[in-house]
Amino acid sequence: MSKIDRRGFIKLAGLGGGIVFASSLGLNTLGSVLDYANGYSGKKVEKDFYFVQLSDTHWGFSGPKVNPDAEGTLKKAVQAVNSLEEQPDFIVFTGDLTHTTDDVQVRKDRMAQFKDIVGQLKVPDVHFMAGEHDASLDRGDAYQQFFGKLNYTFDHKGVHFIVLDNVSDPGAIVGESQIGWLKADLKQQKADARIVVLTHRPLFDLYPDWDWATRDGSSVIEALMPHKNVTVFYGHIHQEHHEMTGHIAHHAAKSLIFPLPAPGSMPKRQPIPWDAAEPYKGLGFRGVEAAAESANKYELNEYPVQKA
Amino acid sequence: MKNRNFGVWIINATLVVALMVGVSVIVLAKPKNADERIVAIKVKRFEYSPKEVTLKKGVPVVLQLSSLDVPHGFNLPDLNVRADVIPGKPAKLRIVPQQTGRFVFHCDIFCGTGHEELEGAIVVEE
Repeated sequence: MSKIDRRGFIKLAGLGGGIVFASSLGLNTLGSVLDYANGYSGKKVEKDFYFVQLSDTHWGFSGPKVNPDAEGTLKKAVQAVNSLEEQPDFIVFTGDLTHTTDDVQVRKDRMAQFKDIVGQLKVPDVHFMAGEHDASLDRGDAYQQFFGKLNYTFDHKGVHFIVLDNVSDPGAIVGESQIGWLKADLKQQKADARIVVLTHRPLFDLYPDWDWATRDGSSVIEALMPHKNVTVFYGHIHQEHHEMTGHIAHHAAKSLIFPLPAPGSMPKRQPIPWDAAEPYKGLGFRGVEAAAESANKYELNEYPVQKA
Repeated sequence: MKNRNFGVWIINATLVVALMVGVSVIVLAKPKNADERIVAIKVKRFEYSPKEVTLKKGVPVVLQLSSLDVPHGFNLPDLNVRADVIPGKPAKLRIVPQQTGRFVFHCDIFCGTGHEELEGAIVVEE
């Protein structure tokens, strides 16, 4: 299937499900292309590609009032990804793979179960990262046994991906050591290199009252600022959200367990109750298309949990 | 002389930062006066005790924060105040509330299943 055909399919699925749309910092239009470059023309990707972002699956969570299908939602999402007519080049999970528990054995059991479920994905190239629910109580010990390193990089068709850990320190701190590692990595990149940062918490102060921040996130952003083509994808806040810090775009993804209210819109950060009339409302995953023709264009397509 | 200049610089820098971020509480590191009120706040998973503290505007107070179990945080973003609360190491914050209102504080060190609900409030009255 050609790319155009796939885009056509995406839009069709969106119309059928009534959920899919691409967002451009307040301007939501079906199939719109995000352009944050303001006319800048930098390094091009070698070829169009797209990847899928899933986030905040919280495997092991139980709460019938917010998700009576807690054991089925992730599996449905896996089926939905597998049913995409053109499969992504790779898939990323931006943290909170499992729901936290004090019991180390239960934590490991949940990670093993999660790994079995997502092992059903057709796409073999899957990149994981931790959320505070996975890694904050044991500083990432169990997580690393199952999923490997907490911070790492990989390259794909001209885009440099940086996975940052802002959760294994329970105080939501990236830390001097990792920031040093980040700076050393960035030194290897040209100023116009296409860079995508994947992390769990927002790197900026989205809403500190609800702990939606990274304590030393400003140091990370400062290190990224000299690079002209940087985009951040993250999770944690269980909803789609788009923000700019200077020329850097930050995109939060929906959850696959329960949605949370918009920042500061409610007195408390409580999960939004399940709506039987619209099951799985507010949940979903995202397709991110990297366009070859521009240095800093990404097309975001939001998918429902179940295929339309 | 150098120390004195450095001290003046610190005071000036503190005032500038306070003005920039609209801080409505003044946090001072100097030793408390003997007659200043001490408010003990204990925290455990997943509860602050007391959950709400009422203070008078302009009256200095020392918050004495203690953890009864694991490391917690005490973060009052609206007032730009935070501290780590480590078991066996009580933290002290001397504050002079400058603005009336209800200000929510929360734990910002992930502490388990109820972490997201661990919060309390400081109410400042005239």
